[in-house]
Amino acid sequence: MREWSDDRVQGVIGTLLRWGVIFAALMVLAGGAMYLGSCGSTIPDYRVFRGEPPELRAVTGIVREAASLNPLGLIQFGLLLLIATPLARVAFSVVAFALQRDRTYVVVTLFVLAVVLFGLSREGSNTVVPPERFAPMCISSDAPPPSFHR
Amino acid sequence: MNSLEFSLLVWLGGVAAGFLGSLTGLGGGIVIVPFLALWLGVDIRYAIGASLISIIATSSGAAAVYVKEGYTNFRIGMFLEIATTVGAMAGAFLAAEVSPSAIAVVFGVVLLYSAYQSNRPRPERPENAAPDPVATFLKMDSSYPTVHGPQSYRVSNVPGGFSLMFVAGTLSGLLGIGSGAVKVLAMDQVMRIPFKVSTTTSTFMIGVTAAASAGVYLSRGYIDPVLAMPVMLGVLAGSMIGARILARAETRILRIVFSLVILALGADLIYNGLTGRI
Repeated sequence: MREWSDDRVQGVIGTLLRWGVIFAALMVLAGGAMYLGSCGSTIPDYRVFRGEPPELRAVTGIVREAASLNPLGLIQFGLLLLIATPLARVAFSVVAFALQRDRTYVVVTLFVLAVVLFGLSREGSNTVVPPERFAPMCISSDAPPPSFHR
Repeated sequence: MNSLEFSLLVWLGGVAAGFLGSLTGLGGGIVIVPFLALWLGVDIRYAIGASLISIIATSSGAAAVYVKEGYTNFRIGMFLEIATTVGAMAGAFLAAEVSPSAIAVVFGVVLLYSAYQSNRPRPERPENAAPDPVATFLKMDSSYPTVHGPQSYRVSNVPGGFSLMFVAGTLSGLLGIGSGAVKVLAMDQVMRIPFKVSTTTSTFMIGVTAAASAGVYLSRGYIDPVLAMPVMLGVLAGSMIGARILARAETRILRIVFSLVILALGADLIYNGLTGRI
């Protein structure tokens, strides 16, 4: 097996980052085109902060919405892929440092990975997604404000 | 203005921000929040959520190129990411506790500082400082390519740089920016890392830092898909165009103009924050 030199690790990291961004952007573009196709004429209102519905906050909800081809779910899934891109880079670095037998940096990268995962996993604990609820099709000012708040 | 027109306008704003941000090295995220909050009246929390998303995209895209060119020192990056990610979490949690007006004021101050930092002269420093025990233990000393072949460098004051990186991370999580200006200050000024290595390593770190706080923003419901979509796609497109023409562009005047824009936005944000309009 070829040795995992720093140059080779950097090459893999570069490729990983590039494809992560391309894939995420295409997903967001597809969801965005679908959304504007069906909801383009609604009036958006971002002056008042209402927060997103739970279906579009938690990983489980987002994946379910995306699987049912809800345009908002698809965009949010693309954004999730984007957030996962640097995370995948850190995860790969853990493996690379382990192969280089660099214990100090295995610990360093594992710690960074844990911090980022903690940020993402909090959504599971503070947001319960009711299975029967689905995200709205269009976000507009005349939609009733959600009853939940942070 | 319906959703289609709004998205188009935000997309165009994103292209302009990404283009100028990559040409001047100040980053597109730094003008996206003022653009959305001041001009389009978007709630600053939505604006910050969308901006965080866009900087993950641009920094990952740029880092993919830099990392292969050999400037990025990924050990320095990985180690300092401990400080920036913990700081980013702190900033993201803080963002929910402080008022939007306070966020606007802090944002304004950071804009003023960034404009100053990007225009100050960078003095030459003596080569080959004494080896630093912490930097040696962490295998941070390295070399980078120059026209005369690889140039080696030593890293100093790791604890000082680490502390400043925590501040950079907190600002990133609180304001939805890459805080490249503070990151470069930590590496270039405090840790005495060559400028080109500092800027590329900073870009490398921004993606992970922003991902840490973006996770918190997402779970809080601060990331709106319909707003984030044109922001992300616009800033990404703009910064890709900017990176293409960067090599043959005269950026000095552009940088001054962009800095003046940032100064004006900073003052405007502070004014709006203090008078309670945001």
